[in-house]
Amino acid sequence: MIRFDDVWLKYRHQDRGPGALARDVLRGVDFKIPDGGFRWLTGPSGAGKTTLLKLIYLAEHPTQGRIDIMGTHAAKISRRDAALLRRRIGVVYQDFRLLAHLSAYDNVALPMRLARRAEHQVHADVTEILRWVGLANRLGALPDELSGGEQQRVAIARAVVGRPKLLVADEPTGNLDDEQAGRLMTLITALNRLGTTVIVATHNHALVSAYPAPRLEMAEGRLTAHG
Amino acid sequence: MAKRHTDPLGLHSALEDWMLPVLVAAMSFLAALAVAGALASTVLAAQWQNDTAAALTIQVPQPDAPDTANNATRLAAVQAALQTMPGVTSPRLLSVDALNHLLAPWLGADAAALGLPLPAVITATWSGPGPGDAIAAALNKLAPGTLAQTGVQWAARVTALTGSLQTCAAAVLVIVALVGGALVALATRAGLAQRRETIEIIHGLGAQDGDIASRFASRATVLAVAGAAAGALLALPVLLWLAALAAPFSGLPQLGGLQHGLAGLPPALWTALPCLPLAAAVIGWSSAQLTVRGWLRKLV
Ligand SMILES: Nc1ncnc2c1ncn2[C@@H]1O[C@H](COP(=O)(O)OP(=O)(O)O)[C@@H](O)[C@H]1O
Ligand SMILES: [Mg+2]
Repeated sequence: MIRFDDVWLKYRHQDRGPGALARDVLRGVDFKIPDGGFRWLTGPSGAGKTTLLKLIYLAEHPTQGRIDIMGTHAAKISRRDAALLRRRIGVVYQDFRLLAHLSAYDNVALPMRLARRAEHQVHADVTEILRWVGLANRLGALPDELSGGEQQRVAIARAVVGRPKLLVADEPTGNLDDEQAGRLMTLITALNRLGTTVIVATHNHALVSAYPAPRLEMAEGRLTAHG
Repeated sequence: MAKRHTDPLGLHSALEDWMLPVLVAAMSFLAALAVAGALASTVLAAQWQNDTAAALTIQVPQPDAPDTANNATRLAAVQAALQTMPGVTSPRLLSVDALNHLLAPWLGADAAALGLPLPAVITATWSGPGPGDAIAAALNKLAPGTLAQTGVQWAARVTALTGSLQTCAAAVLVIVALVGGALVALATRAGLAQRRETIEIIHGLGAQDGDIASRFASRATVLAVAGAAAGALLALPVLLWLAALAAPFSGLPQLGGLQHGLAGLPPALWTALPCLPLAAAVIGWSSAQLTVRGWLRKLV
């Protein structure tokens, strides 16, 4: 279960110019998502969606309030356990965050190798997932040699290859055409049916209506709709 | 290409900076000289201390005059007394020739013939405790004016000098170790800054701080060991040259040729030199570990 309890966040390192100074980016966010749930996260740009997701995948601390991720109180967790928890969370970043010096294959293999999986297992899972996202013939390509949409699919493959208990995707269809977006949603719903909790931030209204699910809607750092 | 995946941080090209190994080599070179200096002073001091402390010289002025008890000449009385003194062995009266030989540099080839009132000189070996003041006191009763000197005070000075040389060498080693550690820390920081994004990504994928730190530490260790080994090897010819210079004083075989030169180095140096890369490994590893772990604390 994911639980946010009156969560406030003000960025400590204000690197977005004087306009962002001392502003609460999240303001009293409260919600729960049960294990195996699916949520859309919507709202205008700048509403705080990415920030909320960062809190979920343990890349930020709240300024105030309590967050529980998979039943663990996030503020009480040791660095070691935080790393172990991150391995069970698949993240598709808005800006992909692929390692430029690694091939598509090695980028996708990275989380499995960090988790010290056997290399034959890595090979089987990585080739399968890259085939799934339509990149079977681009295994050796470096990110720079891939289009935006291809990079996004590598990022998605990396997020799901370890069969995470929680999948967090930040505008994962931004660079995909409708057919690719459809394939991605098939993959995500399949994972969700197998028990993975899923949160997808998106602007894509067509996608949201094509896959009806509860929505967390944000505006100016607050949840305006929940459920 | 094939090995890429074993190096997700791209560290084979990180810290590839020739600066680190070269500077570590310079540090190791200095350390080798300091260690050699400390060892050499120990060896030489041991030699000198034995020779000096054991030397007992007795001067009897007016050796042919009667002694206090009026039993014999002053020289004969002193010689007889020395035979029975504890700690004094093999007393030997210097012949006129020997005396001439010793005085020649000051008084010319035939000093004895000048008719100067020369004292008789007896050399002996002193193995008793302390500086041997009691000898002089006892001999003076028989023949007033007799001087007796042991090398004990000189030996104490040599010990003090050796001690300070060793303290200096230790200070050099400490400074070299600190500078070496700082160099590794700086190089590691540069490597971290260059790879900030990569590290953030790997951290986000669940890498432990220890995983990331050991990758940097292994790389830093390899470079530090390579540098230290090179520095120690470069120091070797210099040490051989110094050993050759010191050979006449050290009592070690004074022979030509490289093999003999190698044999001329104190054995302890053969243990100390391989310790330099070992020490570099320890310093490189721990400095990089501390630097990376400290840096990672900035990440949530
Ligand atoms: N690292 C940061 N430092 C300071 N301000 C930030 C940072 N990241 C985001 N912000 C600000 O927080 C607000 C919410 O941003 P974000 O969570 O990215 O919104 P969204 O994903 O909904 O577009 C924006 O005003 C943005 O400028
Ligand atoms: Mg965003």
